[in-house]
Amino acid sequence: MLSARDLTKSFTTSEGSLQVLSGVSVDVAQGESVALTGESGSGKSTLLHLLGCLDTPDSGTITLKGAPLHDLDEAGRAQIRRSRVSVIFQQLNLIPSLTVAQNLDFQARLAGVLDPSWQQELTQRLGLTHLLTRYPEQLSGGQQQRVAIGRSLAIRPELVLADEPTGNLDEATAETVLDLLLEGVGRSGSALLMVTHSPRLAARLDRVLHLQEGRLR
Amino acid sequence: MNRAAFAALWSHWRRHPVQLATLVAGLALATALWSGVQAINAEARKSYDRAAGVLGQDQLDRLEASGGITVAQYVALRRAGWNVTPMVEGDLPKDNLHILGVDPLTAPPQPALAAFAGDGTALAAFLGNGFLLVSPETAARLDNADLPPLRIAADVPPDTAITDIGVALRLLNTDRLSHLLIARQQPMGLAPLSDITDLRRVTPQDQSSLAQLTESFHLNLTAFGLLSFAVGLFIVQSAIGLAFEQRRATFRTLRALGLGLRRLMTLLALELGAIALVSGIVGIALGYGIAAALLPDVAGTLRGLYGAQITGTLGFDPLWALSALGIALLGVTAAGAQALWRVARMPLLAPAQPRAWAMASGRAIRVQTAAALGLLTISAALVIWGGSLMAGFACLAALLIGAALALPVMLLALLRLARKFARGPLGEWLVADARQQVPALSLALMALLLALSANIGVGTMVGSFRTTFTGWLDQRLASELYITAPTADEADEIRAYLAPRSDAVLPIWSVDITLRGARAQVYGIADHATYRDNWPLLQALPEAWDRLANGTGVLINEQMARRDRLGLGDMLALADGWSEPVLGIYSDYGNPQAQLITGTDALAARYPDTPVLRFAVRVAPARVPGLIADLTDRFALPEGTLRNQSEVKAAAMNVFDQTFVVTGALNVLTLGVAGFAMLTSLLTLSTLRLPQVAPVWALGVAPRQIALAELARTALLAALTWALSIPVGLALAWVLLAVVNVQAFGWRLPMQVFPDGWLWLGLWALIAALLASAWPVWRLVSLPGGQLLRVFANDR
Repeated sequence: MLSARDLTKSFTTSEGSLQVLSGVSVDVAQGESVALTGESGSGKSTLLHLLGCLDTPDSGTITLKGAPLHDLDEAGRAQIRRSRVSVIFQQLNLIPSLTVAQNLDFQARLAGVLDPSWQQELTQRLGLTHLLTRYPEQLSGGQQQRVAIGRSLAIRPELVLADEPTGNLDEATAETVLDLLLEGVGRSGSALLMVTHSPRLAARLDRVLHLQEGRLR
Repeated sequence: MNRAAFAALWSHWRRHPVQLATLVAGLALATALWSGVQAINAEARKSYDRAAGVLGQDQLDRLEASGGITVAQYVALRRAGWNVTPMVEGDLPKDNLHILGVDPLTAPPQPALAAFAGDGTALAAFLGNGFLLVSPETAARLDNADLPPLRIAADVPPDTAITDIGVALRLLNTDRLSHLLIARQQPMGLAPLSDITDLRRVTPQDQSSLAQLTESFHLNLTAFGLLSFAVGLFIVQSAIGLAFEQRRATFRTLRALGLGLRRLMTLLALELGAIALVSGIVGIALGYGIAAALLPDVAGTLRGLYGAQITGTLGFDPLWALSALGIALLGVTAAGAQALWRVARMPLLAPAQPRAWAMASGRAIRVQTAAALGLLTISAALVIWGGSLMAGFACLAALLIGAALALPVMLLALLRLARKFARGPLGEWLVADARQQVPALSLALMALLLALSANIGVGTMVGSFRTTFTGWLDQRLASELYITAPTADEADEIRAYLAPRSDAVLPIWSVDITLRGARAQVYGIADHATYRDNWPLLQALPEAWDRLANGTGVLINEQMARRDRLGLGDMLALADGWSEPVLGIYSDYGNPQAQLITGTDALAARYPDTPVLRFAVRVAPARVPGLIADLTDRFALPEGTLRNQSEVKAAAMNVFDQTFVVTGALNVLTLGVAGFAMLTSLLTLSTLRLPQVAPVWALGVAPRQIALAELARTALLAALTWALSIPVGLALAWVLLAVVNVQAFGWRLPMQVFPDGWLWLGLWALIAALLASAWPVWRLVSLPGGQLLRVFANDR
């Protein structure tokens, strides 16, 4: 379903050009869950950003169900993010000025695919029913990530990209959040590519990819 | 240690030069507007002192008589041993010159005449063929005028000429002295003045001095300067607040490294002091420029309103510069006190993450709202129980500050209402985000509210004044032609010539009297429909006009009625043995003095010697040009003696418009400062907007849409602030018209509203807000994606 070929990406720093990805190729099948591991600075987040249309590669190709994503303009990339690929970050996923309820259905309404019954089901399964009127700042880290998961699944995306979604959480909460994430992507039929430092969490996914110095090993 | 710590603190400004520029510019602007106004006031007051001080007229008693003093009366006093000196005063309208004739041999010591001391040749020339002593600027203006030779004397007031009394009598075409000054030192054993002469003795405190008359104008100007200063301080406070919030981590680190709190506070105070010094110097330069640019308009205003002669050029006073630096320091202290207080109270282990800047808690907003309610109550109380000009201004201050403090809670309420009308996820986000931004933008929005309210308030006052004044002019200037004859004989001839050629010739004549310790003018008017049908009476007794025609009562102007608390039917003692009841009260805008009207015959009976030189002529408008041509040919009348109604009205309206030029300029400047406050707040906030904007962008909202939403949010806040400024502005206008004007000038104007002006102002406010937000928004949305992604990244 998702196919990336020979992706390269470099950044300009005060000390010159820094090569972050050097010819990375990756495939993710529909409904598959894949863990992406690697040391800090190995390029995990950069790869996730390229696949999530948050950034563009220097070279290489990315296709989603055969449609090229790598040469889209900003509007085209925004369209993909809005309706086909959801991204969950480690922190600050939510819009601070909106309530939990508004955050939950924000993306689905943007994409014009709001399904109230699916929304209600997600809210119940994620245990957010009693938090709907609260603002993000009034939630714990785990609660915030549950809202982020709910929001990202509300559009039934083809692909969920998660960048260390449990990185800021304690072990027990992290397990719960991952349970909910895996259950959610399973019910919505989405594929999942998750960046994690934790071998224990990675082991719970279908497949593990390891990135080292900008290359997959 | 100090140097290292100071360098660490200062490094913040090196990395944020725009923030530093904002702070300096805000403080410099605030200082400039305040000190500019002070410079104008000081220059004007200097001119009053110079005018009042000429020949000791502000200190010496004088002898007066209506219609002037004859030489014989003067000689009688001198022969009786009284040390008096004659003065002749009058205007040459053609040259816009006030002539002051003196006798240099008996005149009191005076700087302008100091050149004659010990210089017999100069004195002989002054007394001989004569010359005019004038200030340098007047000399430049009169270079080619048909006048005696000019000599420059720096101490002569502008547009005034001092000359020998003989020359003055000739120039003014009169044979009477204006008044006599009584020297303080008199020989022993003189007969009392009352035994020698029937001239009236007036002491200086009995006169309405120019300084007193213009005080309310300068108070007005000072209030505007203070308003501009306050608006500027909003910028300063927001810049200092942000800089301190952004350096919380630095403060914590410095303290953790062993820098004591007291030393940290001292270094921060020194830093602010250095910034205030630089800003103060920039402000002085700007303020001088503003004052120099506005002074000619102020001079025009004061000339129009009070006949005060102000020099149009600005001097430089080191004391003024020092006081401007002082005000800059005071401003930075006021604006930085809260930030310093926060640092002083910050626990060593407080979180170093900058809080959402200026994010006021619910409690803070409640306290602010309570303060606002308190101030608005005080303002209302001052309207009811104030009763003085200072109370009027205090009422205005309480109203404006109260309204500004109430703004955040009002905006939050309006935005809560707007939430119901928001459509779509982006619309809801826009309104919700606007609510969250209110505390952070509240200082800038308060500045905008103040500027907009001041504009609406002053605009309503000026508009009401203009409409009323225009209608009033139509009433007062009902006659088609106005004539001033050079002499009494010519006046008789002209009157006889006009009688068969016009519908009516109405004399305009007046005498000056002292009434209840102040000067007043008494006009005698003919019994004619012109007055009965048109005169702007505010209140009148039944058959007031008939009684006036019979000489059994007077009409008085509104300012006299208010000042002396006179009502209809009250008896007024006009002179010894002459008391009349008040038959009516009429509006008399723009006149600082008390004025009365009585019947022509009644006035003529008491002042038979006063010549009638002016007439109002009723004639069909179409015949006016022909009549002017006939009169000019037949009587060889000098220029300016014949004026038709439209000319007089145009001149009056010109004076009126001139009066409010300065107000208009200060209005625009204050709005400009508020716009700058918006720009600086939005600029400094744009860096803190990333956590709000980045998730929306990541969810697939294109940067263009985000930019539009950001602009719409600013426009929404500006529009709501504008909407709230309308009731505040109207309240301000009402206080100005019903309280301040009544106290300052003695008349009250009916308030009228001008909604089209509000719409224009709203449009300008919107444009200013959009312009102010354009750059910050462009900066925000043109950030590379990587920068936005950093929001989501953790240190790993």
